[in-house]
Amino acid sequence: MTTALQKARTVLALTSNYAAAYAVKAADVDVVAVYPITPQTTIVEKIAEFVDDGELNAELIHVESEHSAMSAVVGAAAAGARVFTATSSQGLELMHEVLHIASGLRLPIVMAVPARALSAPISIHGDYSDVMNTRDTGWITYIAASAQEVYDTIIQAYKVAETVLLPAMVAYDGFLMSHTTEPVELNDEEEVRRFLPRKDRPNVLKPEKPITMGAFAMPDYYYEIKYQVQEALLGSLKVIEEVDREYGRTFGRSYGVLQTYRVEDADYIVVAYGGASFGNAREAVDAAREKGIKAGAVRLRVFRPFPADYIAKLLADVKAFAVVDRAIAFGGPAGGPVFAEVVTALWMRGIDTPGLSIVHGIGQRSMYVEDFVKIFEMLKDGEKSKVVYMGLRL
Amino acid sequence: MKVVFKTVWDLPAEELFASGHRACAGCGPAIAMRWLTKVAGPNTIVVNATGCMEVTTTQYPETAWMVPYLHVAFENAAAAASGIEAAIKTLRRKGLWSGKTNVMVIAGDGGTYDIGLQSLSGMLERGHRVIYVLYDNEAYMNTGIQRSGSTPKYAWTTTTPVGKAIRGKIQRKKDIMGIVVAHRPPYAATASISNLVDLSNKLKTALEYTEEGPTFLHILAPCPPGWRYPEERTVEVARLAVETGYFPLWEYDHGKVRLNPPTSAIAADPKRRRPLKEFLKIQGRFAHLTDAEIEELEKDVVANLEYLAKLASL
Ligand SMILES: Cc1ncc(C[n+]2csc(CCOP(=O)(O)OP(=O)(O)O)c2C)c(N)n1
Ligand code: SF4
Ligand SMILES: [Mg+2]
Repeated sequence: MTTALQKARTVLALTSNYAAAYAVKAADVDVVAVYPITPQTTIVEKIAEFVDDGELNAELIHVESEHSAMSAVVGAAAAGARVFTATSSQGLELMHEVLHIASGLRLPIVMAVPARALSAPISIHGDYSDVMNTRDTGWITYIAASAQEVYDTIIQAYKVAETVLLPAMVAYDGFLMSHTTEPVELNDEEEVRRFLPRKDRPNVLKPEKPITMGAFAMPDYYYEIKYQVQEALLGSLKVIEEVDREYGRTFGRSYGVLQTYRVEDADYIVVAYGGASFGNAREAVDAAREKGIKAGAVRLRVFRPFPADYIAKLLADVKAFAVVDRAIAFGGPAGGPVFAEVVTALWMRGIDTPGLSIVHGIGQRSMYVEDFVKIFEMLKDGEKSKVVYMGLRL
Repeated sequence: MKVVFKTVWDLPAEELFASGHRACAGCGPAIAMRWLTKVAGPNTIVVNATGCMEVTTTQYPETAWMVPYLHVAFENAAAAASGIEAAIKTLRRKGLWSGKTNVMVIAGDGGTYDIGLQSLSGMLERGHRVIYVLYDNEAYMNTGIQRSGSTPKYAWTTTTPVGKAIRGKIQRKKDIMGIVVAHRPPYAATASISNLVDLSNKLKTALEYTEEGPTFLHILAPCPPGWRYPEERTVEVARLAVETGYFPLWEYDHGKVRLNPPTSAIAADPKRRRPLKEFLKIQGRFAHLTDAEIEELEKDVVANLEYLAKLASL
């Protein structure tokens, strides 16, 4: 038996955006609807090249807005097609209404989101304000940390989405990843298609078996239908892990739902997400350890469903932790959105490890390794239960 | 237009829009739904915008639709239909879809003239093979009779009340056909639920032309509570709209404009046009109109007929 692993390796130098486009091609997607926005645009440009060169047998719909992009892939997925879209920032906000509809209709849409700050003031630079605003939309949400992981995760996302019948987004750092070139090993496309076989979904728009999708529900049914989304999304964590393992067996790379770095004997842990934050966190762990601080770092690779048990387990026995958020939960009790989630996960399990909420990298304000070293020092000094707006000029 | 049906007796008997839905008695749009589905037939996917027709026909776990049906939101029916059409196209290429399938948008005036105008324009410009049917009851009825871009001048609605300073809607009705035709689709036509044979032939024609590109049908569909007339008079009100010249029947077919009966006869011989008052007086939404206001509206009607006759003569 020849496996993909034994075949010649194809390694290309790709940005995360191009890696996303290559994953879409490998997945033999049928319908793509995308509207340009920085830093997403190079994804749709690359896909347009694939379609126009006949390398991807898909319809590329040049929609007139992101609202229509999401609506078009909802329609196409409802008709049984495998679909893709991508956006950032204002585009994701414009889609917001339809994000809820996509999960409510249980459609396995896959979307790439190079994360970007939100207006006003308008900023094309990266942070995770856009992604965090989709927290309660019922989407599976991955946050990748390398171009390779973007490629692998988009392929995994199709399998997960089509299994649990929920939409999935794959987010990553706008610019810092979307426009940074890294080596990416591509899979054999035949092998990807075997990994992603076409399955008949039970509920699609077919004249042979007419169904009504998008019905109107009164208080006697609405709650149950939405609860099913909740059940499916929470249950998808197991599927995410299974698919990741199967992907590892087939293609030789897997990631888990959390990535850890030197956590085994750590007293202090920094939780981060995205490539730049976690890269800095890792370097800071090494630097802090040289200073005698037993530091460790955790990267949240899956944000929805929130891997609460895993996070709680990691943080249960450390002396203190910090979460670095690249988004502000305006007016909230905790500064950063993910800090609030981590604290909730701990509280629900009766764990009272002290924590520090760090907001950083807003609108791509530079995050330095020293900043992260500082976080470990603050933790060691017993700082806790407060919000630190790092890198902010006052 | 292709004449597939000569009389009402030729129209399809099979029902694909079930009775028992929750639309009001005498609902003009519901009459349209029945004939749209009958004529389009079972190989049709309906994409419905939020509005009266969606809300009254799909109350979970029941449905009035015996064809595949999708409702996504208010402003995006044309975009969702674009996606379905693109899906069918690719899946057919890949051997995963067989048979001819119509994709038919059904949207109200709010979902078309106003909030859905952008997605409609995008769909028309991209040339999707979709038929877009606008059922026009001239206001946002589902949310309780608010004015839309389609509401006629001076009409009462709950957001254009008849007050001491302002009496009804200030602005004119938007020329949606003009906007659609500006996209140069193969076919666009107006129709009325009072003229079923004309409506059905236009739908058949549009479905056939949809193989070339997007087509559009603008159907006048009166609403008893919104227009404030007794529910048994829906068809009569719709007929008066046509016979007074308020709602002309015409079609745009590959660049050529044609007036259809009875509008063609009215335009040729103004004496055959019934006075606008006959249409206005049975509707409570126009009850406050002065003679001068009626005269002004009548002038608009005549000017519009002359404009269309001129287009038809080109
Ligand atoms: C984005 C959005 N805005 C507003 C609404 C509320 N809404 C639902 S239906 C409707 C009016 C529909 O009017 P129209 O398209 O004319 O259809 P009708 O109800 O008259 O049949 C409105 C305003 C909505 N559902 N979605
Ligand atoms: S309000 Fe008008 S359009 Fe809506 S269901 Fe009643 S009659 Fe029909
Ligand atoms: Mg209306």
